[in-house]
Amino acid sequence: MPTTQISLIREHTEKIVPPRALWVSFELGRPLGVPSDAAFQNRVLISALELLEAPSGPVLTDYPEDAPPVDGPAALVCPVNFDLPASEMGDAEKLSASFLEELTLMRPWYDMAVSKRMRTTVGLSGMESDAMGSFVAGFLGGGVPSSEDDLSLGDRFKLAVEDLKSFYFEAATAQPGQEGADSDTLSDWFWRETVAGKVLFAVRDAHARSEDASLRLVVTRSLIPRTYSSFSPFDTSRQSG
Amino acid sequence: MVRLDQVSDVVRTSLLGIECPVFDGRPWVEGPPVSQRRVAIISTAGLHLRGDRLFNLSSGDAKSIPGEYRVIPGDTEANDLVMSHVSTNYDRTGFQQDWNVVFPLDRLRELARDGAIGSVADFHYSFMGANTPAQMEAAARTLAGLLKRDNVDAALLVPV
Repeated sequence: MPTTQISLIREHTEKIVPPRALWVSFELGRPLGVPSDAAFQNRVLISALELLEAPSGPVLTDYPEDAPPVDGPAALVCPVNFDLPASEMGDAEKLSASFLEELTLMRPWYDMAVSKRMRTTVGLSGMESDAMGSFVAGFLGGGVPSSEDDLSLGDRFKLAVEDLKSFYFEAATAQPGQEGADSDTLSDWFWRETVAGKVLFAVRDAHARSEDASLRLVVTRSLIPRTYSSFSPFDTSRQSG
Repeated sequence: MVRLDQVSDVVRTSLLGIECPVFDGRPWVEGPPVSQRRVAIISTAGLHLRGDRLFNLSSGDAKSIPGEYRVIPGDTEANDLVMSHVSTNYDRTGFQQDWNVVFPLDRLRELARDGAIGSVADFHYSFMGANTPAQMEAAARTLAGLLKRDNVDAALLVPV
């Protein structure tokens, strides 16, 4: 079967040596480069397909274009501004209440995003946003919410978190002036600024030694991205002032 | 951004630490001009139809099998497709904004309409790339047969 491929990590492709590969400089998660830019995506796609006509191989070609700088905000405005005092960060009840309020106030923006794009990537957990929020908040303070399906606690939590992040990102980019926000800006906003992000850090800390192996595995290995793993929203030094 | 000299130390170290398989052979299969090819997308983004089994479940009746794939019909629309990849480390906001940045099915349809490729396959496929190549080998061999029966002569491999 003739194959051609996009390569995101050139160093990996150099070792694997597939028949045909087009290395692109785009960030992980965006192999075609730029969302909502059909012309850019087409150029990448055609370049990858044209490798099928190479006279001999293996072929590893560098795509000449970088993704253009994003014309978006350098930082996102929180739709909801809940700057909890550091003294209340560890209070699971207050954190939970703030989180659920934030989620409720994000809902209109999420609905607008779905209406505008005519699609959503939320839906893995099968939960509506209210249920999703209550379920995730149920892990605060070392708690474990009840679940009636046959999935493990870790699986159920992971799916709810993936939906939660999608819900927030889709909602945030529906806000005026924020549609063009780049991924770093969106990630920084979610993990450093939102109450939802703080809740996930708190759940990680509360369940890192959970007796439930599935939950322990998720919170320690696939909850907080590597980039933010050493960040602590509960560091009181950053709350001063 | 995936120029390794431009990413953080922690990300660079992690990416460079991934073990890559080494293959003895150098397969090389040719075919007709691209304008006559039938193209299928093979993604490793953990994509699947909204009602399909999720990737990366460790429990329950829908428990995942390492290396398995999902079938994505050629008439799939954007809102039909979701992503349940295990990794939390790569950007998903591009996919949330536009599925074509990960799974360029609309772009392939346009290329077929314009005559730049012959046609778009009836079926496309997605793995979840966090599995090892060895875990995916059996499924990949099965897939090669399925692609041939769909008269595909160009498999476009798209990582995430």
